[in-house]
Amino acid sequence: MKNHVLRPLFAAMALVALILTARALMVPSDFGVHGKSFTYNFYRAGAVSDWKNFPVSYKGGASCVECHDENAESLAASRHRIIQCENCHGPARNHPEDPETLTINRSRDLCLRCHADLPYPGSLRSELPAIDPGEHNPGEACVECHNPHNPNLEDME
Amino acid sequence: MLDQLATNGHLIAHGMDWTIKEGFVYPNEFIYWSIQIVLYPYMTGLVAGAFVLSSLYHVFGQQDLKDMARFSLVFSLALLPVAMMPLLMHLQQPLRGVEVLFTPHFTSAISAFGIIFTTYSIIVLSEIWFVYRTYFVEQARALKGKSGVANTFMRGLYTVLSLGAWDLGEAAVAKDKKAIKILAGIGIPVACFLHGYAGFIFGSVKANALWMSPLMPVIFIMSAVVSGIALCMLTYIVIMEWKKFTTTLAKGRGDDSVRLIKGAEIDVISKTSRYLIGFLIAAITLELLDLIFRGYTAMKSWDILRSVMYGKDFMNIFVLQYGFGNLVPFILLILPRLTIRRTALALVLVLFGVFMMRWNVVIGGQAFSLSFDGYMHYVMPIIPHNIETFKEGLGGAVLVGITPFVLFWLINKVAPSLRFNN
Amino acid sequence: MKCSRRSFLKKGLGSAIAASLPLSSFKFLSPAEARAAVGDPAVRWGFLINTYKCTGCGFCVKACKKENKVPYDLPVTRTWVERYVITKDGEAHIDSPAGGRDGYTDPKIEDKEIAAEEITKAFFVPKLCNQCQNPACVQVCPVGATFQTEDGVVLVDRTWCIGCGYCIMACPYGVRFFHPVYKVAEKCTFCYHRITKGMKSACVQACPFGARQIGDLKDPDDPVTRAILTQRVAVLKDEYGTKPQVFYIGLDENVR
Repeated sequence: MKNHVLRPLFAAMALVALILTARALMVPSDFGVHGKSFTYNFYRAGAVSDWKNFPVSYKGGASCVECHDENAESLAASRHRIIQCENCHGPARNHPEDPETLTINRSRDLCLRCHADLPYPGSLRSELPAIDPGEHNPGEACVECHNPHNPNLEDME
Repeated sequence: MLDQLATNGHLIAHGMDWTIKEGFVYPNEFIYWSIQIVLYPYMTGLVAGAFVLSSLYHVFGQQDLKDMARFSLVFSLALLPVAMMPLLMHLQQPLRGVEVLFTPHFTSAISAFGIIFTTYSIIVLSEIWFVYRTYFVEQARALKGKSGVANTFMRGLYTVLSLGAWDLGEAAVAKDKKAIKILAGIGIPVACFLHGYAGFIFGSVKANALWMSPLMPVIFIMSAVVSGIALCMLTYIVIMEWKKFTTTLAKGRGDDSVRLIKGAEIDVISKTSRYLIGFLIAAITLELLDLIFRGYTAMKSWDILRSVMYGKDFMNIFVLQYGFGNLVPFILLILPRLTIRRTALALVLVLFGVFMMRWNVVIGGQAFSLSFDGYMHYVMPIIPHNIETFKEGLGGAVLVGITPFVLFWLINKVAPSLRFNN
Repeated sequence: MKCSRRSFLKKGLGSAIAASLPLSSFKFLSPAEARAAVGDPAVRWGFLINTYKCTGCGFCVKACKKENKVPYDLPVTRTWVERYVITKDGEAHIDSPAGGRDGYTDPKIEDKEIAAEEITKAFFVPKLCNQCQNPACVQVCPVGATFQTEDGVVLVDRTWCIGCGYCIMACPYGVRFFHPVYKVAEKCTFCYHRITKGMKSACVQACPFGARQIGDLKDPDDPVTRAILTQRVAVLKDEYGTKPQVFYIGLDENVR
């Protein structure tokens, strides 16, 4: 019997063949270098379209105007026009099909995000109209007095 | 942080269960690489060390290591699958782990794992095959005609293991010996790669102020060899002590055979410990060099590194790792009139020291925030309350710790590595 | 020439193995048969943050989490806002409670009161993935699960990521984390699904003050590009050589 020495090598080759076969079956065909560099562009090409097809949730205020024209109008005339509707009401997604209604958040915390007084020189934060939450009607909902779509008390109906 | 457990039902952010933040830490920072990542380089280090020890006999003909060589080779094989366990337990998608073999991204140190591990496994398995081929063939022939399920099974197993190479003539056996020598020789650099690349995994991460160092791969290799030699020596001692004990029981105290075992034992041990001391010195020198350079150059990260190393982790680094893990065993081994007992103590301390080195690198590197202005404290989960806290906690660690011995016991049933009659 | 049974078997086995390997198994590099578009190379996405304008309202963080379905209550986030308060003694007080998701309503930092008169300057710094030109995170991915598109965005293939966490460790900016549901690496994508449709990133749209802007660095008329070319801007941690594409107006030396 000649040269049994190579037998482990054959066994190893069989193993490698197994790995390569599994690889051919399990690696998607669009996997490779897509771009200039192996370092940064080695991937499955389909992953890009996977991400492009991710569902959009926030539609933007412009799509709210059609139905909610009254609120949109008064908002546009107020200083809150810079705030997106969905910032407070949550993402529109497929409203009015799904969800049928969006949340109406009446909590103090929502308003305090901008209007809690923070004495920060040099930051736009200190230029916003602000109150001390501990002093200014503590525990009360801001919307009891302030209309969020027209927060200026002087213009309040 | 710890009291901030799942508010989203069962959902948790990976790492929040065992990370305590202090100071300013970025929101997404947690201890992502925990006990399993400490164990992985530890296990591969033992693998590499055990193999190198075995090769010292096969390649360089260190005759005094003959008994140790066979044993450490088989132990190296028992450790091999265990080296993969910490990775499988750590991966968030363990079933996809095989992708490192399918689409290795070679710019990543971790991608080397697939190919190096496969190559190394092939080498170890092949070498063991050549060492045991004669035994497999003899066993297959001896079990011929014997009845019983166990005998039939073992005969079948040995026949398969012989790979059909039945020739036990002088020329064939000589070929075996030559093949062993070649494989042991090739295996040494591959074993070094198997562990060195782990050092590269850490050393190349520029974002981590503690890990980033060109010395890291070399430090890892040196301490790996240390741990491998120490584990083999320790297991050898335990087995020899057991052998002496059973022989004493069988033949009585004054019997010569016990003295023979004892004599061989102390001879092998004192010779092997010379190698251990050498690598121990190399490992500690490099680590101190790294530390001194960092302090001297005092880069932006030095302030927080210093507060971690000399403050929070002082006990872990200087007392446990350098003190008990390096200095004490070093002294124990160089003192004259080396005894088995003193050696055993030194070896346990060395193994502990190498473990602490892995711990101090992996956990220590995550002890400070990327902000350089905060800390993260690792609390290893002891009692698991979900799969994650088992895998990445004490449960998973213990599982990894006992498996090599279980596998060694199993492998010995097929390829016995403990022979006491010369 | 003698052809022994042994050598015949050997050769036969060898060729059987060779024949069983389909040629495609040797293909690591797939040429331009990539069916899906891999990004529009005519565009290069860049981001501009104005720290003078950020008020710490946190609407961006809220919008990002909801748009990208990152579990709202968990302490991981694709983007966050940090607060810096510098006092007269030169000390920087820094925090980012829940990443700024609920805004900043309390002047106390880490339960410490800071007197208004002691504050010399204070500001908010939004952070997100810098979509680096030389992303260290992509370099270290062992399986090619994270990558850079032709238009400069770094994405993660959720079907391929093995969850090793190497990319998370490699990012100097701490923008990556494990997604609690999908159990793969996760990070800001500049809302790739929106910008490739002509929309703005969720955080950009949500910001009432225009502190966040996204644009095309290849278009010289783009407001973002113009700002970067004409104003004093900076990037985070440029010493790492990653070449971040998020530019800051008013980046203070105290910013970590």
